[in-house]
Amino acid sequence: MPNFNHPDMYQALFSDIKTNTPIKSPVYEKSGEIAAPTPKEIRVVLRNYGKIDPENINEYISQDGYQALLTCLTSYSPEQVIQVITDSGLRGRGGAGFPAGKKWQFTKNSPGEIKFVVCNADEGDPGAFMNRRVLEDDPHAVIEGMVIAAYAIGATQGYVYCRAEYPQAVRRMNIALKQARELGLLGKNIMATGFDFDIEVRMGAGAFVCGEETALMASIEGHRGEPRPRPPFPAVSGLWGKPTNINNVETFANVPQIILKGAEWFASMGTEKSKGTKTFALAGDVNHTGLIEVPLGISLREIVYDVGGGIKNNKGFKAVQTGGPMGGCLPEDYLDTPVDYEALAAAGSIMGSGGMIVMDEDTCMVDIARFFMDFIQDESCGKCTPCRVGTHSMLEILTRICEGKGKDGDIEELEHLSKVTRINSLCGLGQGAPNPVESTLKHFREEYEAHIYEKRCPAKVCRDLVQFSIIEDDCTGCMVCARNCPVEAIEGEKKQPHSIDPEVCIKCGICYNVCLFEAVVRQSE
Amino acid sequence: MKNLYNKPPLNNPEKKLIIDQILEENKDLPGATMVILNLIQEKIGYVSKPVQNYVAEFLDVPISVIHGVISFYSFFTMDQRGEKNVKLCMGTACYVGGTPQLIDKAKQELNITLNETTPDGKITLEICRCVGACSQAPVVVVDDELHGNLTPQKFTKLLKNIQK
Repeated sequence: MPNFNHPDMYQALFSDIKTNTPIKSPVYEKSGEIAAPTPKEIRVVLRNYGKIDPENINEYISQDGYQALLTCLTSYSPEQVIQVITDSGLRGRGGAGFPAGKKWQFTKNSPGEIKFVVCNADEGDPGAFMNRRVLEDDPHAVIEGMVIAAYAIGATQGYVYCRAEYPQAVRRMNIALKQARELGLLGKNIMATGFDFDIEVRMGAGAFVCGEETALMASIEGHRGEPRPRPPFPAVSGLWGKPTNINNVETFANVPQIILKGAEWFASMGTEKSKGTKTFALAGDVNHTGLIEVPLGISLREIVYDVGGGIKNNKGFKAVQTGGPMGGCLPEDYLDTPVDYEALAAAGSIMGSGGMIVMDEDTCMVDIARFFMDFIQDESCGKCTPCRVGTHSMLEILTRICEGKGKDGDIEELEHLSKVTRINSLCGLGQGAPNPVESTLKHFREEYEAHIYEKRCPAKVCRDLVQFSIIEDDCTGCMVCARNCPVEAIEGEKKQPHSIDPEVCIKCGICYNVCLFEAVVRQSE
Repeated sequence: MKNLYNKPPLNNPEKKLIIDQILEENKDLPGATMVILNLIQEKIGYVSKPVQNYVAEFLDVPISVIHGVISFYSFFTMDQRGEKNVKLCMGTACYVGGTPQLIDKAKQELNITLNETTPDGKITLEICRCVGACSQAPVVVVDDELHGNLTPQKFTKLLKNIQK
């Protein structure tokens, strides 16, 4: 730790680092997901993504890092910091969209000597990896945001709760914390201003519900990660009963930029009620998958076609799924929906933390609803009955429909269960659980009807409702399908037409995918 | 109670030392239970019933508290796993991208089903939650190493490599 006794000495150190730190080539993951931002993107949270070495604090400082913290500690009062954040219109990026400034104010106003700042890095939504990239590629931005929040609300200890599936993020975060401590940017007497605050990383252990704030706190305390009723909200009674401010990774990463560039700059991006930019993990059947950051208010169409480059293999667009397992699937008619908290909710989906999965015409929406329900019922913590039993019952019906055993009245029963589970569940998990079912029922009801009444799967996905066969005239007898079949259901000599034994076939579709001559066909009748 | 300590991994002096060290270093942390159990899972590979008992005694809490935590979180396992843990990602993008086919292929290749270990103790087959590598779907994680953009053919090769 440098022996500095005045904040100005930090200013000098920063200027020195800035002029003397050459940015080395960025540290790419083996996967090399990084691509240059497309013209429609604006990078605020991801501004350093792929540009700096996240394991070298000097490279972050050379990009104006920790400058915002120095400004806050030396020239802003805690009230002023909160005012800037409130004016910027920054809303919680975890999905619910609660105004960050307001949350900070509540925590500040709560009486108590000991207060906590917690960073929710339990990014559990399947199909979402925005927070992982921020933690791995720009961990100091999150740390700086947390220290600023701590200064604003008067906290002395912070926790980053990271999921166990992200070992690399935990490793990078710990390196970053160590380096920040060594420079005196964290710990006792931060930047010689007399402000004390330290951060510790805590790991989850594979429970999705721990992304819910009260469950997350229970987990940090070392208990089973079960949610509890609110109020009291964490701002009043959080970790170990003390006032606690919980924000998402992305929310914290926005903070230093807002302080540096001003609330007006941030508020100039986005829509009336949703300001700034949002990162999305674009995945699924689009040409360009990966991490993107777009101004709020952009339409889904622009994301899918301009940023994502359209649907892979010239197939037709079917749906875009936003908001993770508790989000919804939106069809083509909704592609012009602007991406902001209110508009997505009105369309029957949610903003969520930012997973965005594009599905082409080969996706069965009943199967997708079943997939999400399977996830949710597995992750339901079991504390409250509507969620525990409701999700299980819905899964039973959806499974039955996918297996071709659906009955008249199943759709109505699903609608009823959705309503009951939504209204009566304790936390966001159960309340959001019916979303995938309700949104697919609303937009793709005819697919449910085809499964139930005609016993066919229009997208030819549900295994019990499709048959595979080989067109003899097109088959060259190349043996590729036979070699790849996991159950040896394909018979035939080399250079002779092959055939599939329907008794043995498990309908996995591998032969359909590997055939170079389009001789394998799927039917659902 | 004493005879519990005769069971693995507590009867292995090296492993017992690791466990004791973890307990000693972290016992005073606020919310130590999760930290300790996470470390034991990481270093020993599983948290068996005798170990749960041992931790409970050390922290002076009922064993139900420890077992409650272990059974709640999916990352904790109570039995020993294979040398290599092959986890198939079941995130949305991977599911749509073909994980179910990979599972069929793995079952055929290894002759075991999910959550089982091959008789030689080499490979355990599991599915796991989204690992956040959705742009490379479908993804398989072998221990901590990520393999993306897999097809059933590539996956077969991968499994063969591991078995060697």
